[in-house]
Amino acid sequence: MTSLISVRGLTRVFDVSKPWLNRVIERLPRAFLTAVSDVSFEVPEKSVYALVGESGSGKSTIGKIVVGLVPPTEGTVEIEGVDLSRETDAAKVDRIRSDVQMIFQDPYASLNPRWRVREIIAEPVKSRGGDTEGLAERLLEQVGLSGADAAKFPHEFSGGQRQRICIARALASNPRVIVCDEPTSALDVSVQAQVLNLMSDLREELGLTYLFISHDLTVVQHMADVIGVLYLGRLVEEAPRDTLFAEPKHPYTQMLFAAAPRTDVFGREVDPPKGEIPDPINPPTGCAFHPRCPLAVERCSRERPEMRSVDGTRVACHRAEEAVRRFHAEKAEDAPAE
Amino acid sequence: MTREGRQGRANATPVLSVRDLIVEIPTRAGTVRPTDGVSYDIRAGEILGVVGESGAGKSMTGNAVIGLLDPPARIAGGEILLNGERIDNLSRDKLRKVRGRKIGMIFQDPLTSLNPLLTIGDQLTETILEHLPVGQPEAQERAIAALEEVGIPAARARIDSYPHEFSGGMRQRVVIALALCAEPDLVIADEPTTALDVSVQAQIIALLKRLCREKGVAVMLVTHDMGVIAEAADRVAVMYAGRLVELGPVREVLTRARHPYTAGLMASTPLASLGHRRLRQIPGAMPRLNALPPGCPFNPRCERAEDKCRQPPAPGLEACEGRAACWFPLTPDAEESAA
Ligand SMILES: Nc1ncnc2c1ncn2[C@@H]1O[C@H](COP(=O)(O)OP(=O)(O)OP(=O)(O)O)[C@@H](O)[C@H]1O
Ligand SMILES: Nc1ncnc2c1ncn2[C@@H]1O[C@H](COP(=O)(O)OP(=O)(O)OP(=O)(O)O)[C@@H](O)[C@H]1O
Ligand code: SF4
Ligand SMILES: [Mg+2]
Ligand SMILES: [Mg+2]
Repeated sequence: MTSLISVRGLTRVFDVSKPWLNRVIERLPRAFLTAVSDVSFEVPEKSVYALVGESGSGKSTIGKIVVGLVPPTEGTVEIEGVDLSRETDAAKVDRIRSDVQMIFQDPYASLNPRWRVREIIAEPVKSRGGDTEGLAERLLEQVGLSGADAAKFPHEFSGGQRQRICIARALASNPRVIVCDEPTSALDVSVQAQVLNLMSDLREELGLTYLFISHDLTVVQHMADVIGVLYLGRLVEEAPRDTLFAEPKHPYTQMLFAAAPRTDVFGREVDPPKGEIPDPINPPTGCAFHPRCPLAVERCSRERPEMRSVDGTRVACHRAEEAVRRFHAEKAEDAPAE
Repeated sequence: MTREGRQGRANATPVLSVRDLIVEIPTRAGTVRPTDGVSYDIRAGEILGVVGESGAGKSMTGNAVIGLLDPPARIAGGEILLNGERIDNLSRDKLRKVRGRKIGMIFQDPLTSLNPLLTIGDQLTETILEHLPVGQPEAQERAIAALEEVGIPAARARIDSYPHEFSGGMRQRVVIALALCAEPDLVIADEPTTALDVSVQAQIIALLKRLCREKGVAVMLVTHDMGVIAEAADRVAVMYAGRLVELGPVREVLTRARHPYTAGLMASTPLASLGHRRLRQIPGAMPRLNALPPGCPFNPRCERAEDKCRQPPAPGLEACEGRAACWFPLTPDAEESAA
């Protein structure tokens, strides 16, 4: 399988300094926030690559860089082998740009309330001079709505239906890749199931590739082939879905799995994780997770761990082997109590 | 600190009793009922989880209990009893007293419960002085103890900090301290962890559970997250389109749902379909309150529906042993077929 998306050494820094005058009066230095830090991954064609992480971990920023809404500070994104920020052939850039579409978390905010659904769906194609005859009607039916809905306005639809309209709009450009940023986080469980099923069906019918962003582990477990776990802008672990869930190797991934509430465990008494995500403007030295990590040693506060391979997983932790051992020991301890 | 006296009395009388509660909102398209005939009890030391989809009426029910309905919404029927005494017919001033003294509140956004202009110490001591018979020095000590209890490190040093100097998780801890410092009998927590990250959510849930048990407080925990319910609640109330459709012990309801809606909801979680390419789904969406179908509000989406379901009256919980508002409930052992 060839990679459709190839992300290398991606870094994005935001200038979050106070305005100049405040800085002078309050004697503040400039402040920079590293939202994404040296992230690399590959997404093979027709696969689903998921990025998970807590809020502020850089998921949306990576998604926006991939679709070209935000430029990277360092590193490259190649799509179909082309680095769009360097490519000089404008026609080629346009074609590849339209191959990559995005759908967002909030189906309310991302649809223009004054436009009819027909205009919303067909606009991207029309602006490129494409044929839009019957396009909206056909796409609406493809996403499980009715062709007659094309004449309506967004407010006439429920949250789940609006997300279907967003999907239809993304499909209008005939994309190969869809970046899905928390596509079901604003939806109720029963509606979430409908939308996820639609996305699975479309993926099969159209041979789509998804970069799927979510903070919900159960959704990611259902949808993804490969999962990348982010913490404070850094990719800390990446593994095929089943490998990751069977044996998480980074202490942060293990903490995340243990903390996520489950519908099949009742009134469990676990020690909740310690601490909170630190200030991204002054991230900890070395491994960003070290102040909260139960396995941290002196080296962890000094040296940022490189991504390395451990049994089919890429993991950025000095003590991954120890983390795996501890994971199995704790599992064995829990087992007899069942 | 445990309060045996209060708990002993509460064992006989629930801390909170809601009886046939109806909330109405007049709208141009007619009157809607975001809470329609809801009844439940919460006992001392017990956490009742209230779940349901967005717009099901969870917050409206909680707000009615604390007398904080935004007009034109109003209580149009039923009774609310706190420790056996009616509070739904109290004057506004009396109700405000009862609310401050006996009911603590925790909302999704900690900033709505905190005054940005006052230090957290001032907010805590003010509440303590208003409701407990203690002087300033004692109130100050109690405020520090309350912050220590919710896990604020170096509480004595941080008591003069302002809300914005805390992280989101720490703020929610302060709100919990504030909700509990006047030693209430009942705490209403409306989506207290929805804005927080999973790791912090786990901390806040563990904290709520511990305090509820230690202090014998009755808790109404409103959330749309079944995982949070499973983790924290003793019993669960499932709401749909303004009605209570299922009520029972949390493990019973989540693993052996009797109402087709609860069963469908549990089956449509990704965890239930693990290893399957498609998820089970309930067709359609919850109807708007001004467009409810006649009969059972779930009937258009229900695979068990028959003629009886499509005509009034809508079933109440008594239709199935006080457990499920359904004419044709699932049999007790039928579920767990989800996987
Ligand atoms: N335009 C911006 N200017 C300044 N900082 C930004 C900007 N966009 C994002 N950030 C910061 O970058 C970090 C990563 O943000 P991002 O939105 O990518 O996170 P996320 O993982 O998508 O989080 P969430 O789960 O909350 O959506 C955050 O600390 C955020 O505050
Ligand atoms: N002014 C109003 N006019 C008409 N309907 C209203 C009005 N205010 C609220 N409602 C309706 O009351 C219902 C109950 O809302 P409530 O806030 O209790 O829902 P909820 O279960 O807490 O949902 P969420 O999970 O979104 O917080 C909703 O369906 C809402 O549409
Ligand atoms: S009463 Fe009828 S329609 Fe309603 S849930 Fe039960 S079977 Fe379904
Ligand atoms: Mg985001
Ligand atoms: Mg609500």
